[in-house]
Amino acid sequence: MEYRNVLTTCPYCGTGCALYLQVLDGSVVGTLPVKGHPISEGALCIKGWNAHGFIHHADRLTKPLIREQGQFREAGWDEAYNLIADRFSSFKSDFGPDSLAVLSSAKCTNEENYLLQKFTRAFLGTNNVDHCARL
Amino acid sequence: MNRLEALRNAVGELLDKVEGVIALRNKSGHVAPHLFREREELNGLGLSPKYPLPATLRLIQNEYPEAKLGIVCRGCEERGLIEMAKRNQVELGNVTVIGLACTADEAEECRCAKPYPSVLVDAHVGERTEPVPDRVAEELRQKEVAERLSFWRSQFDKCIKCYACRNACPQCFCPECTLEEELWVERGRVPPPFPSFHLIRAMHTAGKCVGCRECELSCPAHIPMTALYALIRQEMGEMFGYEPGVDLEDQPPLVLPMEVEI
Ligand code: SF4
Ligand code: SF4
Ligand code: SF4
Repeated sequence: MEYRNVLTTCPYCGTGCALYLQVLDGSVVGTLPVKGHPISEGALCIKGWNAHGFIHHADRLTKPLIREQGQFREAGWDEAYNLIADRFSSFKSDFGPDSLAVLSSAKCTNEENYLLQKFTRAFLGTNNVDHCARL
Repeated sequence: MNRLEALRNAVGELLDKVEGVIALRNKSGHVAPHLFREREELNGLGLSPKYPLPATLRLIQNEYPEAKLGIVCRGCEERGLIEMAKRNQVELGNVTVIGLACTADEAEECRCAKPYPSVLVDAHVGERTEPVPDRVAEELRQKEVAERLSFWRSQFDKCIKCYACRNACPQCFCPECTLEEELWVERGRVPPPFPSFHLIRAMHTAGKCVGCRECELSCPAHIPMTALYALIRQEMGEMFGYEPGVDLEDQPPLVLPMEVEI
């Protein structure tokens, strides 16, 4: 019998509201707002209140899927990354760097977003980088 | 001995007799509900801001219905436990309550009618302070109906329909909530229809709302909805002689047959 709350940041947008994940015996069972937090001041929007929903969800992807002839099959991480790297390289050499684009996310940290635009511009060699928060 | 030390002693003593005590834990500069199992953890015991600990008890009892547990309760949390027990949300037989009286400042902030527990309590911490009248509710009571209506319209117009008021409320526990029914609350419409969304909630918490203000404290739009609930509570007291959170034996009027001739 173990119940505790883990302080974290809401993954749903870039505002950075704080929330507690309620953990009972190692399973995440609910969300609580963080009272007195300088950013969210004890409030959450409807997405934040449901931030625990996907963690143990049956539909959640936990392994990479590769599509072959219209069918998905489970793959290991090394295989998936190798395939991505091969495709990036072949598209870049066959069609030029502007044939590639990268979409980043408000769910990522500042540092992750910085890395991704650096990867896009400096490594892939294109300015085609955007993010979902433009919606 | 200050309040926190006194509470630490009380929780420590209780830990020898029960499997765990539900109280607040202070970690990384923020406070949250926690199940204390060992005395060593008590360095991190916290006092405020309050969280609805009875809801934590319900969560743990769902998995461990037989566990012997302790819980720290303020006045409003004790009232909440009483209403939850009447509706089979918690089972108080195996639960020991440590009562924590609120300070005068805390009572003032909450506009609290009874800032200390006194019914279920096995150990007391803190000095009792005076009740504080709900000035927002009192002011509204003096106003004409049209004025009240426009006050609530302007307040409820700010609603972003986050459902925090319902989610935070220890007394809102229906597995199927009317506020999610398309018939009453159209999906995708913000602010939600006036006044049905907010009046459904007010009516559904009538007779069990104990004025803990968790709903209001979680509302990003700062809508003073507990003033409305306080007015309903007052009316219910006058009409049915019922006051939520006072007595485990009192049956709420909504579950009693009416004894008047129609
Ligand atoms: S004050 Fe709000 S949160 Fe507390 S019992 Fe009443 S409706 Fe629920
Ligand atoms: S608003 Fe009504 S239906 Fe919804 S959870 Fe509360 S009491 Fe139940
Ligand atoms: S917490 Fe406030 S904003 Fe959110 S649904 Fe309730 S009244 Fe509306």
